[in-house]
Order: sequence, then C-alpha cells, then structure tokens
Amino acid sequence: MTSSREDRRAQLVAAIESRILVLDGAMGTMIQSYNFDEADFRGERFKDWSQDLRGNNDLLCLTQPEILSEIHRAYLDAGADILETNTFSSTSIAQADYGLEDYARELNLESARSARQVCDIVTSENPKKPRFVAGTLGPTNRTASISPDVNDPGKRNTCFDELRVAYQEAVEGLVEGGVDLILVETIFDTLNAKAALFAIEDVFESIGDQLPVMISGTITDQSGRTLSGQTAEAFWNSVRHVAPFTTGLNCALGAEQLRPYVSEISRVADTYVCTYPNAGLPNEFGEYDQSPEEMAALIGGWADDGLVNAVGGCCGTTPDHIRAIANAVTGKTPRAIPAVDRKLRLSGLEPFALAS
Amino acid sequence: MTSSSGSATFVNIGERTNVTGSARFKKLILNDDFEAALDVARQQVENGAQIIDVNMDEAMLDSEAAMTRFLNLIATEPDISRVPLMIDSSKWSVIEAGLKCVQGKSVVNSISLKEGEEPFFEQARKLKRYGAAVVVMAFDQDGQADTADRKVEICTRSYKLLTEEIGFPPEDIIFDPNIFAVATGIEEHNSYALDFIEATRRIKETLPHCHVSGGVSNISFSFRGNEPIREAMHSVFLYHAINAGMDMGIVNAGQLAVYADIPEALKERVEDVILNRRPDATDRLLEIADEYRGEGKKRVVDLSWREKPVNERLSHALVNGTTDFIIEDTEEARTHTKRPLDVIEGPLMDGMNIVGDLFGSGKMFLPQVVKSARVMKKAVAHLIPYIEEEKANNPDSDTGSKGKIVLATVKGDVHDIGKNIVGVVLQCNNFDIVDLGVMVPCEKILETVKAENADIIGLSGLITPSLDEMVYVGSEMKRQGFDIPLLIGGATTSKVHTAVKIEPKYDGATVYVTDASRAVGVASSLLSANQKDAFISSVKTDYEKVRDTHERGQSKKTRLAYKDAKANGFKIDWASYESHQPETPGLTNFDDYDLAELTACIDWSPFFSTWELRGTYPDILSDPRVGESARSLYNDAQAMLQRIIGEKWLTAKAVVGLWPANSVGDDIEVYADTTGKIVLQTFHTLRQQMPRQGRDRANFALSDFVAPKDSGHVDTIGAFVVTAGLGIDEHVQAFEDAHDDYNSILLKALADRLAEAFAERMHQRIRTELWGYAPDEDLNNEDLIREQYQGIRPAPGYPASPDHTEKGLLWDLLDAERHTGVSLTESYAMWPASSVSGLYFGHPDSRYFGVGKIEQDQVVDYAKRKGSDVKTMERWLSPNLNYDPDDEK
Repeated sequence: MTSSREDRRAQLVAAIESRILVLDGAMGTMIQSYNFDEADFRGERFKDWSQDLRGNNDLLCLTQPEILSEIHRAYLDAGADILETNTFSSTSIAQADYGLEDYARELNLESARSARQVCDIVTSENPKKPRFVAGTLGPTNRTASISPDVNDPGKRNTCFDELRVAYQEAVEGLVEGGVDLILVETIFDTLNAKAALFAIEDVFESIGDQLPVMISGTITDQSGRTLSGQTAEAFWNSVRHVAPFTTGLNCALGAEQLRPYVSEISRVADTYVCTYPNAGLPNEFGEYDQSPEEMAALIGGWADDGLVNAVGGCCGTTPDHIRAIANAVTGKTPRAIPAVDRKLRLSGLEPFALAS
Repeated sequence: MTSSSGSATFVNIGERTNVTGSARFKKLILNDDFEAALDVARQQVENGAQIIDVNMDEAMLDSEAAMTRFLNLIATEPDISRVPLMIDSSKWSVIEAGLKCVQGKSVVNSISLKEGEEPFFEQARKLKRYGAAVVVMAFDQDGQADTADRKVEICTRSYKLLTEEIGFPPEDIIFDPNIFAVATGIEEHNSYALDFIEATRRIKETLPHCHVSGGVSNISFSFRGNEPIREAMHSVFLYHAINAGMDMGIVNAGQLAVYADIPEALKERVEDVILNRRPDATDRLLEIADEYRGEGKKRVVDLSWREKPVNERLSHALVNGTTDFIIEDTEEARTHTKRPLDVIEGPLMDGMNIVGDLFGSGKMFLPQVVKSARVMKKAVAHLIPYIEEEKANNPDSDTGSKGKIVLATVKGDVHDIGKNIVGVVLQCNNFDIVDLGVMVPCEKILETVKAENADIIGLSGLITPSLDEMVYVGSEMKRQGFDIPLLIGGATTSKVHTAVKIEPKYDGATVYVTDASRAVGVASSLLSANQKDAFISSVKTDYEKVRDTHERGQSKKTRLAYKDAKANGFKIDWASYESHQPETPGLTNFDDYDLAELTACIDWSPFFSTWELRGTYPDILSDPRVGESARSLYNDAQAMLQRIIGEKWLTAKAVVGLWPANSVGDDIEVYADTTGKIVLQTFHTLRQQMPRQGRDRANFALSDFVAPKDSGHVDTIGAFVVTAGLGIDEHVQAFEDAHDDYNSILLKALADRLAEAFAERMHQRIRTELWGYAPDEDLNNEDLIREQYQGIRPAPGYPASPDHTEKGLLWDLLDAERHTGVSLTESYAMWPASSVSGLYFGHPDSRYFGVGKIEQDQVVDYAKRKGSDVKTMERWLSPNLNYDPDDEK
C-alpha cells in the first residue's frame, strides 16, 4: 500500500502530536558488522573503478541494495517511526573523495527509494503505526566558515554557492526517491547548513511543495558550541527562518553530556525537538560501548522532563538500542512547544534578541 | 547587554567598519591592511557595539571581494564574531556576497521601494531564504521620505507588502525613516528631527513587532567640526527618539554625551533645534556653539561693525554677503522710516549700488554679488508683508521698480544657470523679474509679457536648436505686434547669430548680452528715457556692420564638393590594426554611482567660469585679482559637495554599451554580434568640407575612426549616457524658497561638474575595464582633463558631431531613459540638465575635430541616409550650413 505524500504528512503531524517519535540508529555501525571488503563495496557495477571504494557506505545502495533494506527493516522492527536514508555523504562534494561526484544524484535517489520501499512494506503490515522516511543531508567534508589553513584564516576550501549547488542536487534525488522529510544533520558549521536550507527551499519552490524539514546541529565538545563556534541558541537563531518541523542535536556526545544543550534548545525552540545522541563517548579503541539499557535510561529521563518530541540514536547505536529507547519513551508525554516571544533574534557566535 | 535570557532595549550598531563613514577604515581597506581593519571591528565590540555594520561601498574597491574577505576573517575571530553583523551596501550583489559568508543571522542594510515593488519583493524573498533581518529605508519611487506623513506612509506600505504578500516576519523588519540634518539654515529642514521622532512613534504604534533604526550622526551634519555640539545633539535627539520607540541606531557609542550631563544652557538650545521649538533656534544655537567648541579652537569673529548705525550695518551685510543679522537690521531700519519701501530704496539700494560699483569696476566678483543678492532678497522678503499692507491701504503707491523683465529658457532647452545669474543680478539692481523657468514655449512667454505688462523679454538657451527657437520667438513677436526690447543670451548664442538671424525678424530692439555683468547696463539703457533711443540706434548700426562682415566672410568660405571631401577622409591602416574585443560587451548599468568617487575627477576650471571667474584651477585660487573670491567660492563648493554626498542629495546613474561595429560610408553600423548580421542601430556622421589635404590635413568624419565593413575586420564602438542630476529639483526648490539663489546656482553648477566628472570617470573605466584596451593606463586627474589617453567620447551636438537628433538613436540603442531616467526634450536637450552622453571611439588615432560649415550636397546625402528630408535637416544643422537655405539657388 502506498499513500500520498499529503496523507503521510497528516499522519506524521498526528503522530508527533500524540507521542514521542523514534528515529532509527546508526547505519555505519551496522554496515561494519557485515565486514565488507573492497570487492563488496564495488559490486559488479564499479569493479573497474580507478579508486578504492571501501568505506564509501553510501555507495551500497547501488552495490549491496539488499543489505541496506535489511538494516532499514531491522530498525523498523525495533520500533523506529522514522528511517534516515543512507545518504550522509551523498553530495557531489563528499563523493569527490572517491571520484564519484557524478553519481551524487543517483545515490540519493536510490537510497531514498530503498528506504521508501521498506517503510511502505512495514506500514502496510501495521497501518496503525505509519513509518516515515527522512532524506539525510550530511555536513560534507568541507566547511564554509572555517579555514583549512591555520596560517591563512581568510581561506576556505568551499563556499556557500558550491555547497548550495551540491545540496540542491542531493535534495532533488531524495525528493524524487519519495522521502517524507528532509533531515539536515550533524551540523558542525552552520553556514554549510544554511546553504543546504537555501537549496532545500529552492527545490521546494520548483516542485511547488514543502516537505517538513528537520535540522540537527552538533555540539562538538563540552564547551557547548558547534565546531564553528556557535552556542545552541545562536545556532537556532541562524536556522529558525525556515520554520523547521523539528530542530535539535545529534552526534559527538553521549546522552549524558548532551543533556544541558538539549535542555537549552528545548527552552528556546518554538518547534518540535528531535535529538539523537551517540552511544556514549568513544572508548580508547574508538568504539562506542554504552549499552542499550544505559542509553535508554538517559533518554527516558529527557522524556520524563519534557525536553523532546523525537529521539533516536547516532554513532554506535544498533536496533537493540532503538528498541530499548522506544520502550523507554512509550507512553510518555511529548514536550509541549513553548510560547516564545516575538523578538528580533539574531546571532553571531552568541544569540541576540531585541523585543519590539 | 544581551544574553540568552534578556534582551536589549536600545541597540548600538557600530559604525566604524564602514568605508563610507570612516576615513581611517577606508584607508586600511584600500591599503589591504585587513589585520588593522579587524582591530577596528574588535574595538567596536569591546566598546559595546552590539551589532557591527560593515560597508565596503567604495568605487576603488572590488566591494564584493572586500566584503567576502573581511567577513571570512571576522568569522575566525571569536571576540568579534560573537556579535551579529549588519551587512551594509547599496549594491545588492555586495549584500548577497556578505550573506554567503555568515553563519549567524545578520541584518541587511538596506532595501526599499526606491525602484518599485518588483525588486523589493525579489530581494525580500531572497533575504527570507538566506535567513536575515532587514533594514527598510523610507524611500519609494517618489524619493526619500522627509515629512512624518511620508515616512509613515512608505513604512506602512513596505510593512504590508512584506508581511502580507511574502510572509516576512514583522519582528525581522527594521525601519530606517531617514534622519536628515537640522539647523542647516533652510527652514524646511527645521522639522526633520521632529518628523523622524513623530514617524517613529506612529510606526511603532501601528506596525506590530517592527523596529526603528537610523544613522544618528546625520542629524548634526551642519555642526561638523564642533564635536561637543554634535554629541549634545545626538544625545538629545536619541533621548526623544528612544522615548518615541526608536530601538536601534548607528552611533559611535564611544562618543555620546550623557543626556543628564549636558549643561542646561546648551541642552535648552539644542532641544529648541531638535524639537523645532522656535524659529530662531538655529541662530541661537549658533550663537553659543563656539563656546563649546573645545579648547583653543575658538573662532574669532569681528563683530565691531555691529556698533555702526543701522544703514551702515545694512551696507556692510550686503557687501560682505552675510545674512546673520539681516532680519533684525532690516526691521530696525523699517521702524526708522516712514514707508517700508523707503528701506529698499534707501539703505538697501545704497548698499547694492556699492556692490554694483565694486562689481562693475572688477573689485568684486559674481559669487560675491550673488551672495549679496541673497542678503537683499532676505531683507526684501521681510519687508514684503509691510509693503503689501501699505499697498492695500494706498493702491497707487509706487513700487520703485526700474522695470519688469520676463526671463525664460526657450522651449526644448533645460539649461538655466546663466539665466538665473542674470536674473539675480538684475534683481539686485531693482528690476522686477518674472522667471518662467526652463522649456518655456513661445506662447507662454508672450502671454506672460502681456499679462505682466513687462518692459523687456530675455531669452536664454545653451544648445544649438535653441537658436532656432529664439528666431521663432522673434518672428512671433513681430507678428503679434510687440515692440518691447528682446534680450538674447546663453552659451550658444552670439552677436553674429543675433544680428544675422534674429534681429531682422523683429522690429523692436534686439540685443545680444554677453554675460550677467553686462545685463544691468543693457536693461538700464533700454528703459531709460534719455538713453534709450541712442542706445538702440547704436546697437542697430553695430549689428548692420556685423551682418555685412558676415556676408562678406561667407562668400569667401569655399567648400570642397562632398565627394572630394569623402575621398580625402582620414585613412587608417586597418589591415595592421587589431581591435581589442570588449571585456564586457553589451549594456552595463550603474544605478547609484558613488558621488564621492566622482568628486576626485572634477574639472574645476569650468566651474569658476560659470561664475565668470576666468582662470585655470588650481592657479585661480592664488590669483592676485580673483583669488580671494575664487577661494571663498571653492570653500562653499567643497562644503556643499560634502552635503550632496553625505545627505545624498543627488543620485548618479549611467548606462554604457559596447558593440561590434563597422563604418559604411559616413555611417556607422552597430551590430548585435560579431557576425554583423543584425544591425542594432546606424549612426550618421558629418564630414568636414573645408579645403584640406594630406593625412593630417584630412577631411575628418567620426566614421573614419571605425573599421569599414569591407575591411573584413569587425571593430567596436561604445555609447554612454551619464547623469548626476537626479533628485536636484527638491533641493534647488528649497534654496529658492529660502531666497537663496547663491546656493541654488551653486548646486546646479556642482551637479553639472559631477556629471562631467562622471563622464570622465566612466570613460576611464571603459578604457581600463569594460572595453579594457588600456588596462594599465595610469593617469592623474590633470592628465585626464588634458585628454592624455587613447580614444575619444564625442557628444552629439558638439563640434565633431553637431547633429543633436543623433541623440535619439543613442537613446534607443541604450534604452537610456529607462536605465538612467534621463529624457530628451523636443530639441534633444537632456533632462535633467546635469547629464552627458556620447559615443566611444577606441582607435589610437581617433581625435576631436570640428565639422565646421558644410554644403548642401552633404546635407542632401545626410538627409537621405537618415531617412529625413532636406528641409528638416537644414533646420537642425542650421548653425553648420555654409549657405542660406532660404536663398533659392
């Protein structure tokens, strides 16, 4: 059964108003468990590609599509409401590392189709719990407001327009592939995200439709700032102009460390809040070892305190984590959107407000 | 201070990182010292600026690149980039470049309805997409709002369009309802502060969630140089504006007097000015301004003349051109005399007679005379209500006027500086002047003369087609039976033309007047019972001689046959010539050119000659005879230039174009592209027909400088229209309403200079950038004035291209009226008058020349090429005809 995008949007709004929604967990962690080698990544189609492709997880939608479906299915079975497409690095900018920049649109299109298909099957099995696809836009591996060269602070290795063009192509692929939402995530440089948001609105204008947009920033350490230096509220002021469906934080920190910033966003954002931390902080081997139960307990605490409307997992999380998180938030009251005074809200690295 | 929990009540916007406002910052940026420029930004944040305004609008800069670089550098400085930015530019491309560099949410300064709703919407939609708040100026297609009503009207309209049509968040709208200078001496300006405050109150009351900001230092512009007074004015103004709801302002936070600390005596007078509480507020503040100027800089004013009797004080004021005490002195004189008219006929005329004598004997010069006239006018304006009261009681009383003169710039012509000067000088000498302005049709002139029972008509004109119109007015005067004297003046007129063409058409006295200083003598003689007849007959005799000489001269001027002149055209070796392809082909627009940049290109010598001060700049300033007068005029000009720029009195626009072209015979075809298949326009050139030989003795036509079509070589031609006169009317009117002809004429003369400077600067940019055939050219302003560069820019209507109607073709090709707002009158004069147009020729051998007199064979050919008839072309070319078209041949 397939429903129209409008129907699904109505179902999405009804769902987030009635309960705390659950996003899926990490894709990378799951892929690692398959131990793919170079040939697996290449598949038949790229067997003669001139560069190494191992580690290019996003390419699997073309070379190992059934594995992708399997992982998506596992997260939905664990109780996730929203699937993220496997497109974290599917921009022409990020794919240039593999010489695959010309495939960016196709990667987005096929990953979106794959997630859509799994979602529709699972929804048809249990229509009372509709599932949704969020098309993922990652930060790329370049930054528009940070210099790559310490001796030349004015230098940049990308710019707004280059990012905007790359994101536009990705969004077009995602929309054509049938996603319900667009998720701009792991934002460590807000200027990159603003280019993505600009591109998203351009695409919406050209298709004559507006999909709900999710925006998720990344507080990189306990300083409470993004990599590019903004506080959580300053970040929110920078992106609130698109009136996103959700905003929040993901990655870099575990649920424990992230809590004060989730609380800050929850207080200032007059929209739904969606947050999905890592499974704790990485250990000395770079592995995430927080158990599903520990993580679920922390996130359950957020829910108890009315900080969130949607939760999920980032690096190191598995279907078991998601199952535990889903159980922990079931039946808990979602955060009420606060009434925020209308003020001129600007930002540098820090927020600014001027009442009328 | 702001924090996540609190919010500001009044926001200081740092103004020092603005190249248009800070000379220091501009210098740092121009010298590429971005390190030190960052320090300027840092200091502002340290001094409490909550937002910093960044502006890179400087013509010598690649503003987009400078904005990008500076904002990228700021992004890496956390102690600067912690505050939001205000991206400030009059150029949308610079604003967008800035928006692409900021991760925070910024304010854009500014957009407005100046160019209508379409660009306004487009820019606002983009800002919504970039995620920026916006400053909206109270500016629409009718101009910048000055009254409270206009400010509120434009802001309300902008608010509705933004919030209702495109869903712009109202809390992200910051209105700038224009802070203008007060205490300028112009009565209309007195209410500017109140207008702003009142508009702010109404905007904040009626438009929910929006904000009001403004550039505070504008308010005190007339006190520049006196910082303590300026600070007090800023502080008082802010105190009242903030109470009314102003919540942001571009201010130098480090230099703001504390309202409560301003001395009571000063505060009261400043408040009188800001709140427009009494008519003499400006004068009263001026009286005490020097006391606060700060140590050591007290200006010593010699006021000993105030001790003298009132009549001597009036003379002193007139001779020195000072208006400071003229009203009180006039009033005092009035109370001493029986009739108010006695003041005019007595002390005022005595003073003006001294002025007239000094002027006549070359001890005083025109600028001073016009300043004296300003004093006279103010005195007379004060007396007029009393005179009219007396007239009402006694209708037969004598007005004391020497006579009434109707002045007009003729139909099709827009130039009036000279006419205005003549009017002022005549008024000073007690003539009644009825000035009909510019572009006045013959019927209106003659009707006015009848209605006013005038004694003399004076006609003025600058462009050659006006000569014909004057002939027409003369013949109409004859037909309608007039007999009063007709005066002819203006740059294109001459004694010969008046004698040969006009005088024979009219039976009354017809006199050519060389310049303003002669006008009084001529008018007095014509209206004096005992001199009149002798004067008229001597003029008549003189003009008969002129006609005879002209007649004899004519017959001597032999001309080559047109075909022979063509054969002796200027030859260029096109085979060995590589024409440079333009870097920017097609049309290029300049919508709001930086006037400050143009001031550097001003050629000052013609400015002095407008004021009948002969000499070359800068030597004229130290000239033993006129130096003092020239310096004083020059200082006034510089001060006004600052206001023109600072308060944006004038808007400069230009359109230029570069296209492939070839000559075809004496025509020049302009093509859409280098295939030459689509002809966009054909220009027609005229060729010298005087007998000449040899390469440097060729018979030139402009078409010689463009590669012929059959050379197999596609060449390039350019065209341009520039103007610096947009917005002038309002300010000229304000001066005229204040009886201030001096400043009115000064403003027009400066606008003309700016237009010429604009043409010079644009030509330079054509050579070095847009066409780019001389990218390395490095000439100073003197070299530019001496035309030490490759290529020429002849203007239609001038010696190399005397046919004004070619301007019509130029306008079509450039779509010039749409791009620049400059239109053409029926005589092909440009309106506004401060405009320049022409063609660009790039060949190194191209040069200026005069076509001179031409023969009928060329006119026949020319008319055919233009698709016109010979009679029509003979009319347009009449000053250049070597024959009298009325003679049957």
